[in-house]
This record gives sequence, C-alpha cells and structure tokens, in this order.
Amino acid sequence: MAHSFRVPRAVAVALALTLSPPLHAASDAEVAEIREQLRQLRESYEARLQALEQRLKAAEAAKTKEASDAPIPAAAPVAPASPASLSASGIAAFNPAISAVLQGRYANLSQDPEKFAISGFAPGGEIGPGRRGFSLGESELAISANVDHLFAGNLIVSLTPENTVSVEEAYGVYTAAPYGLVPKFGRFFSGLGYMNEQHQHAWDFIDAPLAYQAFLGGQYANDGLQVKWIAPTDLFLELGAEVGNGDNFPGSARNKNGVGSGVIYAHTGGDIGASHSWRAGLSYLQTRAQDRDYSQVDLAGNDAQVGFNGTSHVAIADFVWKYATNGNAQNTNFKLQGEYFWRRESGDLTYDVDGALGLTNTSAYTSRQSGWYLQGVYQFMPYWRVGARYDRLDPGHVDYGANAAFLESPAFHPERYTLMVDWTPSEFSRVRLQWGQSKTQVGMTDNQLFLQYILTLGAHGAHKF
Amino acid sequence: MTSFKPWLLAAAFSIWAAPALAALNVFATVPEWGALTEELGGDKVKVYTATNALQDPHHVEAKPSLIARARGADLVVATGAELEIGWLPLVTQQAGNPKVQAGKPGYFDAAPLIPMVEKPTRLDRAEGDVHPLGNPHIQTDPRNIARIAGPLSARLAELDPSNAAYYQARYKAFAERWTAAIARWEREAVPLRGAPVLVQHKGFPYLLDWLGMKEIAALEPKPSVEPTIAHLSEVLGTIQRQPVKMVIRAAYQSDRASQWIAERAKINVVVLPFTVGGDDAAKDLFGLFDDTIQRLLKGMQ
Repeated sequence: MAHSFRVPRAVAVALALTLSPPLHAASDAEVAEIREQLRQLRESYEARLQALEQRLKAAEAAKTKEASDAPIPAAAPVAPASPASLSASGIAAFNPAISAVLQGRYANLSQDPEKFAISGFAPGGEIGPGRRGFSLGESELAISANVDHLFAGNLIVSLTPENTVSVEEAYGVYTAAPYGLVPKFGRFFSGLGYMNEQHQHAWDFIDAPLAYQAFLGGQYANDGLQVKWIAPTDLFLELGAEVGNGDNFPGSARNKNGVGSGVIYAHTGGDIGASHSWRAGLSYLQTRAQDRDYSQVDLAGNDAQVGFNGTSHVAIADFVWKYATNGNAQNTNFKLQGEYFWRRESGDLTYDVDGALGLTNTSAYTSRQSGWYLQGVYQFMPYWRVGARYDRLDPGHVDYGANAAFLESPAFHPERYTLMVDWTPSEFSRVRLQWGQSKTQVGMTDNQLFLQYILTLGAHGAHKF
Repeated sequence: MTSFKPWLLAAAFSIWAAPALAALNVFATVPEWGALTEELGGDKVKVYTATNALQDPHHVEAKPSLIARARGADLVVATGAELEIGWLPLVTQQAGNPKVQAGKPGYFDAAPLIPMVEKPTRLDRAEGDVHPLGNPHIQTDPRNIARIAGPLSARLAELDPSNAAYYQARYKAFAERWTAAIARWEREAVPLRGAPVLVQHKGFPYLLDWLGMKEIAALEPKPSVEPTIAHLSEVLGTIQRQPVKMVIRAAYQSDRASQWIAERAKINVVVLPFTVGGDDAAKDLFGLFDDTIQRLLKGMQ
C-alpha cells in the first residue's frame, strides 16, 4: 500500500517505555486514587450482580409459569441453562476479536522482478510478482468488535516483510441505520468489482489479476465514506456509493479540500436451485491525478520521465458463479469468476527527457484501454483444489497529442497464463503451488513458480462469498 | 414518450412491498429451526431456511441470497454456540437490518437454553473444529426442541403481539403433541438402550444421550478433520475389543469412511437425516425423529 511508514526506533522505544509498569514508588495521592477506583469498581460490580440475580429470579419464575401452562415431558430434566456467552471475565471480557494471518513464499522468476512493467500501461500502486527466492508475505493483524449499540469497528494492519507497517483497513460501520442502509467510514477496500474487497490472503491465486494491477495498482482502497443500500427484495440487490480523498492510483494526492474520488456500484445475485449461487455487478470509479509521474522509454530509446495530470474513469463488470452439489461445498465444488475493466484517462502529459529541465513538453493526452481475466477453481476432493486463470490486457488507443513525436504506445497485448494447486487441511491453513507464464513486456516471457503458505490464528474468520 | 401508467407503478410497489405483508418474516439458519418456527407460527409466519439438510452446517458462505433474505427478516432464529460463526455475523452486518443484530429481540439464539455437552476443557485449534461453548448439534434430542419451543413461541408473540394468543395456542397444541411423541419414541427406542455405536462426526451426543446409546469412537480423528486410513485402522482395533452395532453418519457427510469401516467390521451403516429434509421421511420435526428411530432400530438387526 502507499500508506506505508517505517516505525522509527525511537517511537518503538518510547512506546515500550509507556507500556512498561511505572518503576517509581507510588505517592500517597496515587494510593488514595487507586483505593477510590477499587471502591468504585467493587460497587459497580455489586450493582451488576444484583441486577443479574434479579433477572435470574424473574427468568426462573417465568419458566415455572411456562411449565405449568404447558407441561413438558417429565423425562426432560430441565437443567439450568449455563451462562454460555459469559465465559470471559474481568477486564478481558470486552476484548475484541483478534486474528493474525501469517504468510510466506518461495518464488522462482525467470525475469528480473525489479524490471517488471506492463508495456503500454502506466504503472502505479503495488504491482509485479514480488521478489525472488524465499520471502515473508504480508503478515496481517485484524481486530474487530462492536463498539457500542450504534457502531462496529475493524482494524487491519499489515506488516510487510520490509519491516514497515501499513494500515490496510481501519473503518467503522454504523450498525443501527434503517431502510437497509449500511454506512461505513474510514479506510477501506472499495466495494467495486468482485475481488477488490477481498484481502490478498483470501484470493485463489497468490497475485492479483493483471487488470487489477494495470488499472487499480493492485487493489483500490480509499480514505472516505461508503454507503450501501440493500434492496428489500428476495433477489439480492445492493447499490453502493463512495467518496474518498482519491490519493491512490489511478488518482494521486492533490492537497485539496473536498472529494477526491467517487465510486458507484451495483451488485445483484442469488441462488438457482440448491446447487448454484451467483453474483454479478457493475462499478464505476472516477478520480483525478496530479503529477502522476513514472518513467517510460521514449522513441529515441531514452528513459524519460512523464507526468500525467487529468481525470481517470474506470468501469468494471464482474461476475462469479459457484457450484456445489446441494450447496454442500465440503467435498467438491467449482467457482468461476471473471471481471472486465475499461479505463479512460484524459488530461495532459508532461514529457521530460531523463529529468533534464528545459526539455519538458506538455501536451493533451487521452487513453482508452481495457483488460480482463477469467479464472476457475475446482475442489476435486476434500482439502484439494486446482485452478486456472487467464489474463489479458488491450492497449486500446492512446493519443499523445504533440508528444507523439517522442512517445508511442506499443500495439502489444500483455497476457498471462496461471495454474495453481492448493491444499487446505483446515479453515485456518493453506499451502499453494502456483505456476505462471507472464508476458507483460514486449518480447519477454517470465516463467513464474511460487510456493506459498497462509496460516490464520485466532478469531474465526468470515466465509465471504 | 409513453403515457404514465399508474397500474405499472402499483404493480411494482406491490411486488416490492409484498414480503412485508406476511405477519413475520423469519430467517432460520438451519432446517430444524425453520420447521419449529412453522409449527409454532402457522400461517402468521413466512419462514426462509438458509441452509438445507445436505449442507455441512459448519461450512456455509455469506451468499448474496442470504444477505437479501436477512434484509427483510423480522426474526433470525439461530443455533448459536458458534455453529454459524463463519457466516451469520457477516450476513447480519451486511444486511442493513438493525432489527436482527445479535442481542436484539429479532435475534433468537437457541443454544443458551440448552445444557450443552462436550464443552472442551482445552481450547486449541490443534484439537480440530472445537466449539468453545459445547457441541452445537442440539437438535438431535427432541427434549431440546421442547426446551426451545416455549421461548421461541414467546419471542414470536413479543415481535407480533397482535397474534400472541394464536402463538400461545399453537405452542400448547405443539407441546402436547410433542410430549406424546417423545413418549412414543422412547417406547420404540427401548431396544437401543445401551447399544454401542461409532459415529462419523461428533454430531450426535444429544441423541445418544437421550436414547442411552454409547459412542465408542468417532471416525474423524478430530472434529471436522476428514478420516484418515491410520485413524480408521485404530478405530477398527478399538471395535475388535469393544464390538459395536453400527456406524452412524449424517446425510450431508461423505459415505467413504463409514463404508470402509462397515465392510471390514461387518457392521451396519446408518445414515440419519440429522435435520428436517435429510431424507424423504424427515419432512417435518415429527418425521425427523420417527425416521431417526426407525433407522437406528434397523441398524440393530
């Protein structure tokens, strides 16, 4: 993510010091204060205990009455229901659900990943196959709970193998909204498309489809506000709208008030019989970029700096279809998903040979590009799945205006074939082997082999569709 | 342009508003609570059952269809005890329906009404898919159904007070029939008392406890971990020392492990419906236990 920051050692030390118990002797005032707090705690617990006892009495009375109203068989010894949900105690009782995801991999790449590019497509975000050899993947820490009777909160922090920390998602949800509205605010993965909202460890392949890499920089997150509306119909229909700061690719930070980006989407879905489920959607993102700089080889063969200023429109059509006999996915199941992306960018492009000032040339620029992927994953026996994916990008039409004298868009269709097999011995662990043949640059083929593990600790995760 | 057609608007509105006209929309997570709600609510409730008897209740996804149905629900009836932990919290949060959030009157949790068994003494995922609050397959004992019927009926009356008398009357009638049925099942099941059995998944402690049957071993080495040949061989050794009458599995489970052991140990495989809809005979709650007892008796032969 673009929000990474390195935790300075000084901050870490300061944090450790703050968290460690005070070493100095407590003063009399502090002792008195602690006593007072203890007294208050005791009183509040006594009050709660009394309230609980009263409720218990009332419940028992109701039960006796109920039993006399309609006698339940004498054979049924009605043992008192255990207070099942009150197992945690003391100050830990309100701890949120915590889970961690551990990931690691081995990658064998025939091309240098440092030189990764998608010919004809402006780079941005986190793209490429990652480093060669053994490496740690993103470790994720997730904390979630209901905040109170109105809000729920969710924090997902990503620890990168480079020892940086980034806030992947940190959002609140207003849970008491009427009329099928679900407002969400903070930093979150946008609801556009199908895969975008899923975290990387939930994907069926180790890496994002090329279309996600080319058009959204891997995955689109935003700081802002989202409102979803669920229609009161038996057919699932969800309409969503988001506004955000627009800092992330294909937009860029612009130091402005107001709204930097907007997303609207509609998803619909349902079941066909007991065995089929599906979801389909249309999404649209509009954002703006200011000085979105990247390097591109010009017609003379020089490594030139170019900067884009303008508007970016992305539209996505997505669908997913899942099959499991009688809806029982335990033994075998099949999942087919695909997404189609269109992007139009218009504005101006500044061309700067090797960053040398004085040789810049700004001209109008428009591009119309598209891309898609289609993937299928089949679980052929418990724990074992195989998958295949095809990615393709269409360079479309790029108009460099006056810069056409220096720059050109290759008539090259990047594409990639991917196969994978994974082993999921429980809901909490997965080991995957993936092979790919990636042709993202003219005349270069990258043969990729990945071995990956994903381990989930702690709170039980959700089974997203 | 075409002229304005008010009837079209009215038709569209009636389709839109139709689900709201039935007295109570009930979203049942599993078939047994759907069937019980129908017994108690009669034609005053419209029940949607989120899963079927051939689905493994542990592995359900928060499908679009479930979110859509939870959106329009007045009441969610769930087993609780973390049976639905993988999908129900997500469904209720995505549904935009504050009425059915956990803790609200529109959310009914069955497990807290039941004395739970098999509460793990050691909470560790190395022990398989363990449920911290105890074994959640509470519906296999009809006395548990009776324990839940009263509070569930009261909840229907609380949410729909204008029909309270109706729910009360239906509850009384159901409780009488159910009491009589339990007595009948217990009479029929006398030959099963003390019978030693194998189970594929630890899904039947309440049933076996009710009928006084004995679980000698489970085919799954750990809860929800698929049987392995090594473990099955161990079980085979166990039942040579402690002979069993049959191996029991639920309708939704794969038949491979139980067949494997049945062939070698020369015992019967008994496929139980497990919940309403698990086979043709288990059309409702009464049929579920009628059929369960008959199949177990057949397994004794």
